Amino acid sequence: MPHPDIPVLHLDGLRTEFRIDGTWRAAVDGISFALRRGETLALVGESGCGKSATALSIMGLLPRPAGRIAAGRIVLAGRDIAGLPDRALEQLRGDRMAMIFQEPMTSLNPVMTIGAQVAEALRLHRGASRQAANRQALAALEEVRIPAAAQRFHDYPHQFSGGMRQRVMIAIALACEPALLLADEPTTALDVTIQAQVLGLLADLKARHGMAMLFITHNLGVVAQIADRVAVMYAGQIVEQGSVHAIFARPRHPYTAALFAAIPRLDRDGQALAAIPGRVPSLDAMPAGCRFAPRCTLACAGCAQPQALAPAGPDHAARCHLAAGGFALA
Amino acid sequence: MTPILEVAGLKKHFSTTRGFPWPVKTVVRAVDGVDFRVHRGEAFGLVGESGCGKSTAARALLRLIEPDAGSIRFDGTDLRAASAGALRTLRQRMQIVFQDPYSALNPRRAIGRTLAEPLIVHGRARGAAAREAAAALLAEVGLPAAAMARFPHEFSGGQRQRIGIARALALRPDLIVADEPVSALDVSVQAQILLLLRQLQASRNLAFVLVSHDLGVVRWFCARVAVMYLGRIVEQGPAAQVFAAPRHPYTRMLRDASPVPDPACRAVLPRVVGEIPSAAAPPAGCHFHPRCPRATDICRATWPGWTEAAGHGCACHHPDGGGWGVAQ
Repeated sequence: MPHPDIPVLHLDGLRTEFRIDGTWRAAVDGISFALRRGETLALVGESGCGKSATALSIMGLLPRPAGRIAAGRIVLAGRDIAGLPDRALEQLRGDRMAMIFQEPMTSLNPVMTIGAQVAEALRLHRGASRQAANRQALAALEEVRIPAAAQRFHDYPHQFSGGMRQRVMIAIALACEPALLLADEPTTALDVTIQAQVLGLLADLKARHGMAMLFITHNLGVVAQIADRVAVMYAGQIVEQGSVHAIFARPRHPYTAALFAAIPRLDRDGQALAAIPGRVPSLDAMPAGCRFAPRCTLACAGCAQPQALAPAGPDHAARCHLAAGGFALA
Repeated sequence: MTPILEVAGLKKHFSTTRGFPWPVKTVVRAVDGVDFRVHRGEAFGLVGESGCGKSTAARALLRLIEPDAGSIRFDGTDLRAASAGALRTLRQRMQIVFQDPYSALNPRRAIGRTLAEPLIVHGRARGAAAREAAAALLAEVGLPAAAMARFPHEFSGGQRQRIGIARALALRPDLIVADEPVSALDVSVQAQILLLLRQLQASRNLAFVLVSHDLGVVRWFCARVAVMYLGRIVEQGPAAQVFAAPRHPYTRMLRDASPVPDPACRAVLPRVVGEIPSAAAPPAGCHFHPRCPRATDICRATWPGWTEAAGHGCACHHPDGGGWGVAQ
């Protein structure tokens, strides 16, 4: 049993780069966070902000040779796994850490029965016999509430609906009781009623197994449903980090505030929707100072300086000089 | 005043033959008797989960997919009875914006030509006049005139969607059918496009049929909304009223399952039961009864008729009168 005070996952200054036209550009630029047992951290941001690249770096699944981890440490239960050889990572993936993806159809093997796919993880990592693995796989499928799991054990992925396939993915990921579950937009391809089911299932399983979960999404509604803590990413950096209640009650970074103002709310009448002007800077044209400044309504002279993630309240940090004390002076 | 669009009893069934060596023919009732009307300058929303037939209904009403039954009256003219020539004239007044702006534009054609094409095809303008009109359209959707000579791959998703909207506006239509126009876009860009659509609605007195699975988007953009389930409309009425006080249990389930960005609302995350059944074999009686907490014997036997009061109607044997937070 790992010591409860040691974070399950600790990222320290992670920098992930991709090679574009012969130059290495940072898609993830100095990300640090700690994730404890039983905790869900939501990584929020728009497309291209580096949230998926962060997850792929942790799993050691960056496409090579186009991508690389240039700096930083990825500490899984006290052990730095950045730059481990493939063989060592293979032993960790699916065992100590597991990942579920957005599109379950492309992540499942179409020519293997779902039962065999769940059992595979147990046979590889636990050395279980075929019979024992099948028995445990069936239990895992029942745990993710696949109806009539025993009858469907020998079915193929195409015989399942999207929501059921995502449940199979979750069963595979959790078969070996990982300490860390990475969920990369796991409900984005699903209808809202199925999304509610999958989110409820993930919350139940997390409560039962106590794993840590890194939940990647662009949907702030989903974040409000599932996260304990939130990290908002913009252009490769974490711009705001804190407890879900602190961030939703009082977003301190102008980008987070603008994101909230851009969502049409189901529970609001006559809402004044506000779009964020402009677009995310491309990797080869990052502004020198605050990366959000060119689109920010509060931009002023101090924004040309590089910004640091600074405390902006209890358990709350923002990468904005205005949020971290500047407001008191102004 | 006559509505700009009046759809009654619209049906579209797809049949597929599959299986070897004994092929089985199955009929999917994608749209199975849909009625609604849209007034001039009004935004009307069609919502539902995937496979409920909302996109098929939107395409069938433009006759992009030929409907099997029902009537579509556009500004008083029956579209299904219209001759090819008459339909061509009417189509200038009804346009469509697609979900995926990447595949809706011809990749080998400069934007200026894409925008001028409808004008040339319908003989509205040609040559320099068409180019001028295309530049004016680009300005209207917030793109620089320099975009004329560029190609679709040079634009971001949001900009491409603006081009798709500009193309739909070229012939000065009265009605735009928008099939999930913002689903493929990021939140910040989604808001830009929604604001653009609302501004165009006001400046050109456009009527919209907005197809979406996002209740928040429909709630913000549409005055009235119809909720579809397995090819049929189960509830219809003013958007604010339908979502604040849903009468059909399915609308309530859909609303409660849509996550609200507020951690305080977490407690109400509902335990939704079951999945949407196949439209090839819809359940008997009320299609929703296997997932409905209020289902009784009558729901299993007969399809509930349409009941309407003050413009808010639903098809349910046991409609609800409650509002937010009413416990089941």
